[in-house]
Amino acid sequence: MFQVRIHGRGGQGVVTAAELLSVAAFNEGRHAQAFPSFGSERTGAPVVSYCRLDDREIRTREPVMAPDAVIVQDVTLIHQVDLFGGLVEDGYVLINTSRTFEELGLDDLGDRFRAERLMTCPATELAIEHVGRAVPNAALLGAFAALTGQVPLPAIGVAIRERFHGPVGDRNVAAASAAFDHVTREMEAAARASST
Amino acid sequence: MLRQLEGSKAIAETVALCRPEVVCAYPISPQTHIIEAIGVKVKDGSLAPCEYINVESEFAAMSVSIGASAAGARAYTATASQGLLFMIEAVYNAAGLGLPIVMTLANRAIGAPINIWNDHSDAMAVRDSGWIQLFAETNQEAADLHVQAFRLAEELSVPVMVCMDGFILTHAVEGVDLMDQDTVDRFLPSYEPRQVLDPDDPVSIGAMVGPEAFEEVRYLAHLRQLDALDYIPVIAEEFTALTGRPSGGLIHPYRAEDADTIVVALGSVLGTIKDAVDHLRDGGERVGVLGITSFRPFPIEAVRVALANATRVIVVEKAFSLGMGGVLATDVSMATLGSSAVLTTVIAGLGGRPIAQHSIESMIGQAIRGELETLTFLDLDEGIIERERARMARTRRSGPFAENVLRDLRHNREDRS
Repeated sequence: MFQVRIHGRGGQGVVTAAELLSVAAFNEGRHAQAFPSFGSERTGAPVVSYCRLDDREIRTREPVMAPDAVIVQDVTLIHQVDLFGGLVEDGYVLINTSRTFEELGLDDLGDRFRAERLMTCPATELAIEHVGRAVPNAALLGAFAALTGQVPLPAIGVAIRERFHGPVGDRNVAAASAAFDHVTREMEAAARASST
Repeated sequence: MLRQLEGSKAIAETVALCRPEVVCAYPISPQTHIIEAIGVKVKDGSLAPCEYINVESEFAAMSVSIGASAAGARAYTATASQGLLFMIEAVYNAAGLGLPIVMTLANRAIGAPINIWNDHSDAMAVRDSGWIQLFAETNQEAADLHVQAFRLAEELSVPVMVCMDGFILTHAVEGVDLMDQDTVDRFLPSYEPRQVLDPDDPVSIGAMVGPEAFEEVRYLAHLRQLDALDYIPVIAEEFTALTGRPSGGLIHPYRAEDADTIVVALGSVLGTIKDAVDHLRDGGERVGVLGITSFRPFPIEAVRVALANATRVIVVEKAFSLGMGGVLATDVSMATLGSSAVLTTVIAGLGGRPIAQHSIESMIGQAIRGELETLTFLDLDEGIIERERARMARTRRSGPFAENVLRDLRHNREDRS
């Protein structure tokens, strides 16, 4: 089983992101379970959602306590919320930012987790460019697909278009693709750097 | 068709396939998404003919459902928590009058303290009302139970409540195989009422009954619940033959045949318990699970048979009777009368407290070692309890205890950081 926890703020599509990820995995023939952190959600308040992916039936109903990946949609949550609590040792971290981990004051993550699995992606910028609005969730799913290989990018695209019809869907798919390409390039550059 | 969708949406789609003619509900978390989605279907004409009636309260919602049902319409509503309590007089009336209304209960805690999260206090508050209460383990089963509920309700002229865990199921997005209209129509014939307000053949419904016949009328209602014990497995079998899915029925045993220790529970926590049991089985423990699908009527005989070979029975429940203990456990104890099995009650998941697999496993371990107390509150923070009890002992005006506990929690968190 692969478990994902998504942090963001109310209004950023945190719950939708988990749902879209589950739909993408479902369309690939996998089992998936997405659910929000059942609070009294308000715009701007910290929100958490979860998604489990597996090749067999998912029966558990406990919250995700040891995620394999953490996606952070909003950097203002850093140092406010326990973003990386329970993350497994070889887990993935994906942060929506145009800054580096050092600039965010998160240098210590490199000591705790595998450096090649820590990734940033300027998802909000990509969303503004492609969607015209600061909604980073679709872009982050593209980045997630590149970083973890858990779901193929086209499946993310199909899930987005099922939810958002017409031009809105197309633009979100474009943002996801751009984020996928961005992360792929970053990973290739890191791989080259570590092999030399 | 197998689709990945929110539980609430799966219920709305399935209820629509059951062709309700009147839907009257008042929104309350975590039920809201269900009735919003049905409202949309009525408005856009995809659910027709159907009247969606907006009312000002849950009391009105159930009252309108009663009127609609008595007039011969297939009636549906949904609620949760305080909403159920607000309509409780009408809930009893629907059952007492024998009107086959179907209601979804998106299980949620009852205040005070106010809490929007899941537990089973609401369902337990109306367990004696005369409604049939079916508990769903998954969204698939929740959807399927609604189709069975209309059939069951109308065949027996008894209202049926489908209980599904609020948020945990209603807000979970997972795969649900939605039925098609033909299959539902084949399973669920159109409503043929046993009693109806018909101007061409007038009757009155709702007589005052005095001491001369009240006991008999109530006993007849009890017999109808017992009839349901025979009928529920029949329609579940028919449903399985039609869909291939094992939804419904009285009980769902899992790895229980050779189990020394059997965990009994209602609803979605059964999934987590099954994972715990598989894990413990890998370690050589002979553990099993008994899911109760029909809580009312309570299938005493089926439960007795399922627990016959167990030496330990652990009832895990998301509600309790203050000053007493388990509610489900009391019923289970009637089924194990005369058995030498040790019965313990574990209260868990109150007000949305997560129930972790590791907590379940360590609790079962305690039971196997004979260390589990007769009544246990899972993951209870003893420190909080002791400190508040001490405050209450220290001073007369110790203040409201919910607020005290929250302040205590905040201070403890700050001390740690």
